[in-house]
Amino acid sequence: MCSLCGVLGGAGHWADSASSPAVFQERRAGVPWQRERLERARLLSRVLAHYGLSVDEWAGTSYVLRTRTGRSELVSNLSELWAVAERLLKRPCDPLDPDLLSFLLRER
Amino acid sequence: MTDYAGLIPVNVITGFLGSGKTTLLQRLLASPDLSDAAVLINEFGDVGLDHHLVQPLQENTVLLASGCLCCTIRGDLTLALRDLYDRRERGAVPAFRRVLLETTGLADPAPVAFTLLSDPVIRHHFRLGNLIATVDAVNGRDQLERYPESVKQAALADRLVLTKTDLATEAQTRELKRQVRRLNAQAPFFDAARETVTPNDLLLQDLYDPQGRMREISHWLEPGTHDDPAAAGAPHDRSRHDGPSAGLHGRDIHTFSLVYERPLDWTAFGIWLTLLLHRHGTQVLRVKGILNVAGMSTPVAIHGVQHLVHPPAHLPGWSGDDRRSRIVFIVDGLSRARIEASLGVFMGLAEDSVSAAADRGRGAQAT
Repeated sequence: MCSLCGVLGGAGHWADSASSPAVFQERRAGVPWQRERLERARLLSRVLAHYGLSVDEWAGTSYVLRTRTGRSELVSNLSELWAVAERLLKRPCDPLDPDLLSFLLRER
Repeated sequence: MTDYAGLIPVNVITGFLGSGKTTLLQRLLASPDLSDAAVLINEFGDVGLDHHLVQPLQENTVLLASGCLCCTIRGDLTLALRDLYDRRERGAVPAFRRVLLETTGLADPAPVAFTLLSDPVIRHHFRLGNLIATVDAVNGRDQLERYPESVKQAALADRLVLTKTDLATEAQTRELKRQVRRLNAQAPFFDAARETVTPNDLLLQDLYDPQGRMREISHWLEPGTHDDPAAAGAPHDRSRHDGPSAGLHGRDIHTFSLVYERPLDWTAFGIWLTLLLHRHGTQVLRVKGILNVAGMSTPVAIHGVQHLVHPPAHLPGWSGDDRRSRIVFIVDGLSRARIEASLGVFMGLAEDSVSAAADRGRGAQAT
């Protein structure tokens, strides 16, 4: 397993509330696990639209990254997703990039 | 499967060559508070174990009179920890409940943290405890200026142990503390020359310890307030630290904390932080946050070392009326303003979607 994938404790990725059920118990009623995954895919698509990528949740276990040209790849978690996105795009995705931030502000 | 908080904590003690790390270890090893610990050191001879009553167990392992297990690491940390756990499981060594690991003087603590967090065997049994750094009051300033490893050790530490303050002038010590504070705004200082530094001071009260975690969090939120204010410089003036740390050769390490007013959408936050650490993880030395997560009445704490983030921890409650999220960053060369702006834009994506959904659901009613 890649040490940079950020998967800790063997139970899943830290950003998935399902990986830490005791921590997020109170929130779970309002945001059940599958809804969180769908919302994650939606927000990711908004961010990655700047780069021409889209994201869909898949089968409750993965996310599908798609390029405009029709290439697609499956990823298991967010850390993997960014690595694959940059590989597909052959460019970095940077949350500090002013162009990305302007794009996200414009499309609000 | 044991949750993260229940794993055996591995506390790491770093410190530059000759900084008093070994002397500190010697004193800690003499304490009965380490009776439930396993201590991994480089060389038995360094800590003068002949002075203690020891019972040799295996070639590289002795049992101290207190019950503390002491082993030398021969080369590979991964192998040493796996072997140690294996022996514990077989009953060949006592069932220690925490580990204190000594690194070599020039060590960058981050790879040790990575091993603990990502080795497929080790991470099922061990978690990262406190990072402790000894800082030499006589030579520390010079070392910080000349050796990036020394800077990193100080910046990443959860506990800072000043040594040789009896050999330095007051002005030297004060200036050193100020310089270290610019790298590390929150870790409490201990003065090994003027007080007895105990294992409990250094090893307990991390984020996952139910007894001590609120006190640990208070260090994050009120940096420097437990120090002598004159020595701490201007600890609350965050705006000063948006640029290079003067005099630190080749490094631009500084600490700042962001305050976020509105409850954070957990999903959006995870997207933002994973992307930030993916792209800039080398430069984000540590991130620690007490978060007001939307949909939660109690805080969620997160912390990470470079690219890796620990499983989040749940805190029993807020300590006061201020329930704004606070995120502390120790970064090398990144701008506070840009990180803050980025956080705002990404959180705004989720806030948009909440208000848009509310509008759709309820017509024109404002929330």
